[in-house]
Amino acid sequence: MSTQRRRAARWPVIVLVVAGLYFLLPMVASLEFSLRDVHNTHSFAAWGRLLSYPGLLDTLFTSLWVAFGTVALTLLLMVPTVSWVHLRRPKLKRFVEGISLLPLVIPPIVLVNGVLVVFQDAPEIVNGTPLILVFEYVILALPFTYRTLDAGLSAIPLATLVEAARGLGASWPVVLLRVVLPNIRTAVLGAALLNLALVMGEYTLSSILLMQTFPVWMVSTGRTDAGVSVAVSLLSLLIVFVLLFLLSIVSGRRTRELRPFTPSAS
Amino acid sequence: MTVTEAAPEAVKRAGTSVEFRGLRRSFGEVAALDGLDLAIAPGELVALLGPSGCGKTTALRVLAGLEQVDAGEVLVDGGDVTGVPANKRDMGMVFQSYSLFPNLAVRDNVAFGLRLRGVAAATRRRRAQELLELVGLDSHGHRYPHQLSGGQQQRVALARALAIEPRVLLLDEPLSALDAQVRTQLRDEIRRLQLRVGITTLFVTHDQEEALSIADRVGVMRSGRLEQCDTPAELYQRPATAFVAEFVGTMNHVPGVVAGQEVVVAGHRLTLAEPAGARDGQLVKVLLRPESVTLTAEADGQALVSDRSFRGAVTRVTATLPDGTTLLADLPSVTAADLQPGAQAAVRFAPQPVLLAEGE
Repeated sequence: MSTQRRRAARWPVIVLVVAGLYFLLPMVASLEFSLRDVHNTHSFAAWGRLLSYPGLLDTLFTSLWVAFGTVALTLLLMVPTVSWVHLRRPKLKRFVEGISLLPLVIPPIVLVNGVLVVFQDAPEIVNGTPLILVFEYVILALPFTYRTLDAGLSAIPLATLVEAARGLGASWPVVLLRVVLPNIRTAVLGAALLNLALVMGEYTLSSILLMQTFPVWMVSTGRTDAGVSVAVSLLSLLIVFVLLFLLSIVSGRRTRELRPFTPSAS
Repeated sequence: MTVTEAAPEAVKRAGTSVEFRGLRRSFGEVAALDGLDLAIAPGELVALLGPSGCGKTTALRVLAGLEQVDAGEVLVDGGDVTGVPANKRDMGMVFQSYSLFPNLAVRDNVAFGLRLRGVAAATRRRRAQELLELVGLDSHGHRYPHQLSGGQQQRVALARALAIEPRVLLLDEPLSALDAQVRTQLRDEIRRLQLRVGITTLFVTHDQEEALSIADRVGVMRSGRLEQCDTPAELYQRPATAFVAEFVGTMNHVPGVVAGQEVVVAGHRLTLAEPAGARDGQLVKVLLRPESVTLTAEADGQALVSDRSFRGAVTRVTATLPDGTTLLADLPSVTAADLQPGAQAAVRFAPQPVLLAEGE
């Protein structure tokens, strides 16, 4: 029995090691590649050239503001919508979930054209600038956002909390801001991070729309200087990791504070 | 855990009258409320009791503004609030499930409604503390809901509901998630608090013992309508309908034969409580409370004692009549000593008007 237990206990470790290697090996390889110099030597030359390349900071900032714009618009649209579905139309959950999955199967060119058609009469500031990407990415992020928020809302007794708040005098906006949002804070942060990671790495739509974003810059730079391109990719990953780390700290603290709905009966 | 003696001035107020007039509410084909009429006097605690799906919770939610009606009116202090949204009604509600905001400490939960009303921070803190003292949890203000037991959470929910000085207190089966001991304790505390504060209260429950022990009046609901709304004693002793009689307390169903305005049961003539619509000679089932049945040990008695259950001052004796009918009798324990299983017993019934079971 104890031998069986020891064998069973090994499996999680094996899985963890294999998964870790699967993720780490490409990164280690990338790091090694970015450090390669002439005559089989290694140096930080490619990392040093990073800042000197034109367009790095511009495209990075463009991607960042598009990312934060996407996060803001997505949450503004999705938190009330998913809450409404949970509260008022729970039978529509599957339907809405199905709709939210469509961006995964719709080809990017169709998505781009669809959004362009919708915004064809919009002002130049929307059509002619990376702002159009915000609207594209909101749709693209829909599957991840919906599922994350749906999981967060399913984990709390939403109807009871909302009704309690309403009974105490809260208007609907107050209910959303002071009751729903704080209690799905982890899910909201998770959705925000997924949005952020998606936008910071999305190439196809930006490229089709001829927008100079960070991933587009990475690809074009990679054609001339592979070392810098890989270094920037790693930097981009590092940014996402830092954000993930911050999120885990914040959500970890919140989880310890909240841990609701497991009261004892006494 | 006890409730502190003095209610804070903040929550002492004159009661409010409530009236339901012809409330109707359907969910698809199901009529949850089917012309419900009810009047609650200021400061009164009325419990709505009934089987699942009878509409009691819907009625409470309609009063809270959480449910709309298809027809009818809700009057609070004479004013029509039927179309008023929930957040404008000033109703304090305690839910069946734990409803404290998990992201807020206990003190902030209690002060939540006050904050929405723009009450200054210092006043909020003071009143939250007063309310927590009132429910005996003044030392728990800094804790989070998950750090409290179920009973404590419901106490905080009660304090939170009272903090806004509601016009009416609504209790939607607030004790059903608690274990028996805590339920009884909290039930008594709710009643003491309600009397101290003097707030009009509507209490919904499916537990008849809870309803009968806490309420000034109990309304028994059936299929969206009120069958009877009376004091617990009236309801128990003089049920208006067979449904109420059977729903509240325990009833024997004893065969009888109608004879004019009387019914013959095991050789005894008993007066019918209401025109039953049964014809002479018709076989019926008569409803008799266990305490209306007397058994005395007699060798030639017609009932055979089959079981007995000691309940302190009273012993419940189970006996079988010759036709196989099982009869329950609650007898003073001192007189039931001879009624051991296997003994023959004579049966007598209290000379009270009786009701007939429905559909029999």
